[in-house]
Amino acid sequence: MRAKLRKELPLHLMLLPGLVMIILFSYVPMAGVMIAFQKFIPAKGLFGDQKWVGLDNFEYVMNLPSFTQVLWNTLFISSLKLILGLIIPLVFSILLNELASNVIKRSVQTAIYLPYFLSWVVLGGILIDILSPSGGIVNEFLGWFGVSKIFFLGDNDWFPFTLIASDVWKNFGYGTIVYLAAITGIDPGLYEAATIDGANRWHKTWHITIPGIRMVIVLLSVLSLGQLLNAGFDQVFNLYSPQVYESGDILDTFVYRIGLLDAQYGVATAVGFFKSIISLTLISSSYFLAYRFAKYRIF
Amino acid sequence: MRPKKRFDGIAVLNATVLILVSLLCILPLIHIIAVSFSSSASASAGYVRLWPVDFTFASYMYTMSRTEFWQSMLVSLTRIGIGTPLNLLLTILVAYPLSKESHALRFRSVYAWAFFVTMLFNGGLIPWYTTLKEYGLLDSIWALVLPGAVPVFSVVLLLNFFREIPKELEEAALIDGAGHFRTVWSIFVPISKPALATLALFSMVEHWNSWFDGLLLMGNPANYPLQSYIQTIVIQQNLSNMSRDAMLDLALISDRTLKSSQIFLGSLPIILAYPFLQKYFVKGIVLGSVKG
Repeated sequence: MRAKLRKELPLHLMLLPGLVMIILFSYVPMAGVMIAFQKFIPAKGLFGDQKWVGLDNFEYVMNLPSFTQVLWNTLFISSLKLILGLIIPLVFSILLNELASNVIKRSVQTAIYLPYFLSWVVLGGILIDILSPSGGIVNEFLGWFGVSKIFFLGDNDWFPFTLIASDVWKNFGYGTIVYLAAITGIDPGLYEAATIDGANRWHKTWHITIPGIRMVIVLLSVLSLGQLLNAGFDQVFNLYSPQVYESGDILDTFVYRIGLLDAQYGVATAVGFFKSIISLTLISSSYFLAYRFAKYRIF
Repeated sequence: MRPKKRFDGIAVLNATVLILVSLLCILPLIHIIAVSFSSSASASAGYVRLWPVDFTFASYMYTMSRTEFWQSMLVSLTRIGIGTPLNLLLTILVAYPLSKESHALRFRSVYAWAFFVTMLFNGGLIPWYTTLKEYGLLDSIWALVLPGAVPVFSVVLLLNFFREIPKELEEAALIDGAGHFRTVWSIFVPISKPALATLALFSMVEHWNSWFDGLLLMGNPANYPLQSYIQTIVIQQNLSNMSRDAMLDLALISDRTLKSSQIFLGSLPIILAYPFLQKYFVKGIVLGSVKG
């Protein structure tokens, strides 16, 4: 018994630094959600003698007219991102797979992954410039077709769709890799047999490619469900401005503003807590479903 | 190989669509680069498309003459210099024990859950900020590297990689008298070089691209990493509290070339590393997404 423990001890020691880190930087902040139930005064400290207010902060937020709007924006933006973020890469991976020329295939891949690696600060800067109504190249281009200037980042009718389109633009390369990898795993013999049986391109796509990667499609859809309340803080923060709060303010940016700019710590934490609880439920269910339908296990 | 046919209209259409989409992904970046190398007059007048007009380094000279630029560059490099080795070290130290079977490591599943939970739930922005403030980490480089010191996602990738390593290798080492630390260092790490390279790249890109923590946790702009600095220069000046008219005015008088050059400099390391990134990331992404 003791000998076994001695043999194991180094393993426990190895885990120690990592454990200390997550306790300090993940678990202590988790305990900090108690701020949601306090009238928090920063000077007294996280574990100081704060005034407890029960569910007041939650009640206050739920009664804000902007809260419903923010929740709606979050759900609208993120669900469109999720749906398009699943379908568009799927279509592109199938198109890419159909390409006969390897040179074009590789060049296309290289081009479409690139935006994925750049930060939203860099891409935000690029988008602000090219989408600008005054001298932005996109509006100039649209002008050639007689389209009048569109203020993509400053108009509430356009802003959410600009967010969705630019998010898909940044990320579809990533999804395409995943699908493409799955397609590569399909037995080429199936295609050969189908060709002999007289199947054309569409038959093969419908009856071999899509069923062949069905598991991956299910898996990605299910796992993305957990992200429903994450409409993309990095992106929105770098692209929005007061004139599009109405259509573009999401839970995370809302928390940032009421919490850190207006110093309403308790209220902001309540919103964050609300979001975390729903997200936790969504992520847990999505992992459960992923295991159920695709035998996916994280460990 | 599919047999060569006559003219294949659909294949040509397909290739055309894909090439157009590829252009859509890179042209915006090329446009920004072109603007950054153009004279500010031609840039403001909107003459620049995909090639610089009146080629000049002026905006780069100006940007690089700013001490803030070099300060923040130094912060970013320090961040990568400390953050990436720390991420790798902790990933290895956590992944190795967790890759063992439950009978070889007591409480394995407790440990695994402890790490996994941090991926599922967090305290949210305000508690996180308050905690770091109470630790006295604000305005310190440690605020940028310690909170993310254990990248749990990388741990998951690496522990699955470790599991693929034949058991016999490890048993042989243990019989020869090597302890666990020795086994990790002399056997697991060398075998896992490709996986570790992937994770190192993940970590470097993550550290390079992070901007929000810098903005939030560094009170003194001198401590901003490069992306946070660019965020304040390029984005905040453009968008914050500006009416539509003011924005139109600013677009006319502001130095577009200057902003473009900063955008380009902010993405330059990524673009330079891109050939390596792409190769390794594809492996990493596939591993992380569709394992099993």
